[in-house]
Amino acid sequence: MALPKPNKTLTLTESSYIVEVLKGMALTMSHVIKNLLNQDFRTIEYPDVRKPMTARYRGAHRLLLRPDGGIKCVACMCCPTVCPANCITIVAGENPDDPAEKFPVSFDIDMLRCIYCGFCVEACPKDAIRMDTKIYEINAYNRQDMVHSKAYMVNLMDGLKPEAGTAYHVDKTLAPAGYTAEAPVRP
Amino acid sequence: MSEFWTDFLIVIARCVFSVAFVMNIVPLLIWGERKGAAYIQDRPGPNRAPIDLPNPLDVPRLLGAVMAGQPLVYKPIVSLRAAGLIHTLTDVVKLAFKEDVTPDHVEKFYWFIAPVIAMTISLCTFAVVPFGDQLLGVHLQVSDLDGGLLFVLALTSLGVYGIMLAGWSSNNKFSLLGGLRSSAQMVSYELSMGLAAVVVFLMAGSVSLSKIVEMQQQPLDLGFIAIPAMNWTALSPFGFLAFLLFWVSAFAETNRTPFDLPEGEAELVGGYHTEYSSFRFALFFMAEYANMIVASAVTATLFFGGYAVPFLDGATIRANADVILAVLGFGAVPAFTTFAVIAFKRQTRPFYQVLAAEDPRRNEPKFWTGLWLGAAAAHGGLGVLGLMGGLAALSTWASLPELGGDLVAAVLHVSSLGAKVLIGCWIMIWVRWTVPRMRYDQLMNLGWKYMLPVALVNVFLAAGWIILRHELFA
Repeated sequence: MALPKPNKTLTLTESSYIVEVLKGMALTMSHVIKNLLNQDFRTIEYPDVRKPMTARYRGAHRLLLRPDGGIKCVACMCCPTVCPANCITIVAGENPDDPAEKFPVSFDIDMLRCIYCGFCVEACPKDAIRMDTKIYEINAYNRQDMVHSKAYMVNLMDGLKPEAGTAYHVDKTLAPAGYTAEAPVRP
Repeated sequence: MSEFWTDFLIVIARCVFSVAFVMNIVPLLIWGERKGAAYIQDRPGPNRAPIDLPNPLDVPRLLGAVMAGQPLVYKPIVSLRAAGLIHTLTDVVKLAFKEDVTPDHVEKFYWFIAPVIAMTISLCTFAVVPFGDQLLGVHLQVSDLDGGLLFVLALTSLGVYGIMLAGWSSNNKFSLLGGLRSSAQMVSYELSMGLAAVVVFLMAGSVSLSKIVEMQQQPLDLGFIAIPAMNWTALSPFGFLAFLLFWVSAFAETNRTPFDLPEGEAELVGGYHTEYSSFRFALFFMAEYANMIVASAVTATLFFGGYAVPFLDGATIRANADVILAVLGFGAVPAFTTFAVIAFKRQTRPFYQVLAAEDPRRNEPKFWTGLWLGAAAAHGGLGVLGLMGGLAALSTWASLPELGGDLVAAVLHVSSLGAKVLIGCWIMIWVRWTVPRMRYDQLMNLGWKYMLPVALVNVFLAAGWIILRHELFA
């Protein structure tokens, strides 16, 4: 245990408080006057003003498409294998046009489990998944909406980000497997 | 109307005015505290809660919707945020509608009356503070007690009951410690507060607050020149020391930082109001600010001339009512125009550039520009009225010769007291966000070992000086 330092002997003006208090008050008042005149704060007025994110910021995942419109992912299972949080669930299917190639029938990421490590992006041999959306408002009213489905992640960069819940309610085909509009009944 | 009912109505009006005076400054202070703290800490502070005003042309349709019981849906043209003042309003609504929890373990009766006592005492103290000399023969003071200042000291001692009862009846060790600290602290600092006030008694020769203010409205005699209406107690050497002691004691009495040990949140959770929620908490919260206002008002009355306007005594104001109205009216025009220019310039702030084109918040600077320009025009109108002798004409028309002068005097006196109170409250807020909380033993050392002896010596020196001056010069 560190011994407490011996008290510094105070000069007369310091021990009478008054001068030191007035010095402190002068300092705080200088801040008030500066801020009243300049109105220049570091604070970001969040919903209206947003902080620009850096290029390497890892936001919500998106899935990429080939130029011909098919999904790039070949369901090689590299990302669920490398995922330390076990949040990626892929159901693979065969492409009837090209039996040599697989594709994901469903590709769900549980954003409640995701730790945003970016290993899935690094592991992907086809550059099919990226985290470059810079979206950090990943939220929903229930747990099911926090599972991002394949269709949702494909459409993520088209225009504005659709709110997960709203998108699922409007278009049920976007919803992940097992999704019901109502909140699950807890036992 | 009979004599009795006239008197009754006058008494009621005076009481309502004094309560309204305190209760209207309270939300302003809460806003000032939040905004002041923010500016001291380089933050913008509260600025988001808006009031969305509809287009005036839309009002008839909206009234129809209200009458028909339909939901009120409109597209606002201006979203009024008023630099965060609306937050106070929303806070009140929140506190009023929150669940009022009464814990099982509290001592019910005392627990219920504790916040009421705290609030009532702080409002009662204002009863003896004069906020003007007279308006048409009516004293602008709820009660001109002969022992006015003694009443103030007595009530501040009673004020400790609210906190002590809250702390004890909460049946909670943190609350109890808060209540204990508060009572010990208030008892200690009451001594130096009373002794500081004794100097004022000696100088004024009375404890009636209205007499003390009258004394301070005399000219300040510097030997070679006499400054009118500036005989403030704080401008004499012993009076100034007494003011310092009184002011520091007032901090301790109102439980403000650096003496806010009763609610030291780092040690005591919330202190004496830990168990209170909803509007009972709001009562304690408002009582703290009401106490600040009363302490500032009493300090202003004792040491800074109370309602007295610097350099203008009551007789001068009444004799030159129209001139003063013209000067003040025209003097306010450039001030309000400056505000309008500042408000207009705020449109160029980066925040307004990122808002969508149809966002009603974009119109807020324009709204304030219009409002300040309107205020400037209204004050210009007052100035013209004063220049044309409007008050004299009003007095003749109402066949009350004193009316015009009394009106100007009353408005000036109340504003003068209000300005002094606001300055005092701002100093309290300013100190709170500057000085850290004292340790309990430091607090007691300061009270008993330094302030009490200094106050005692000050009383004796002041008494000696007054006698000496009386013997030498009178």
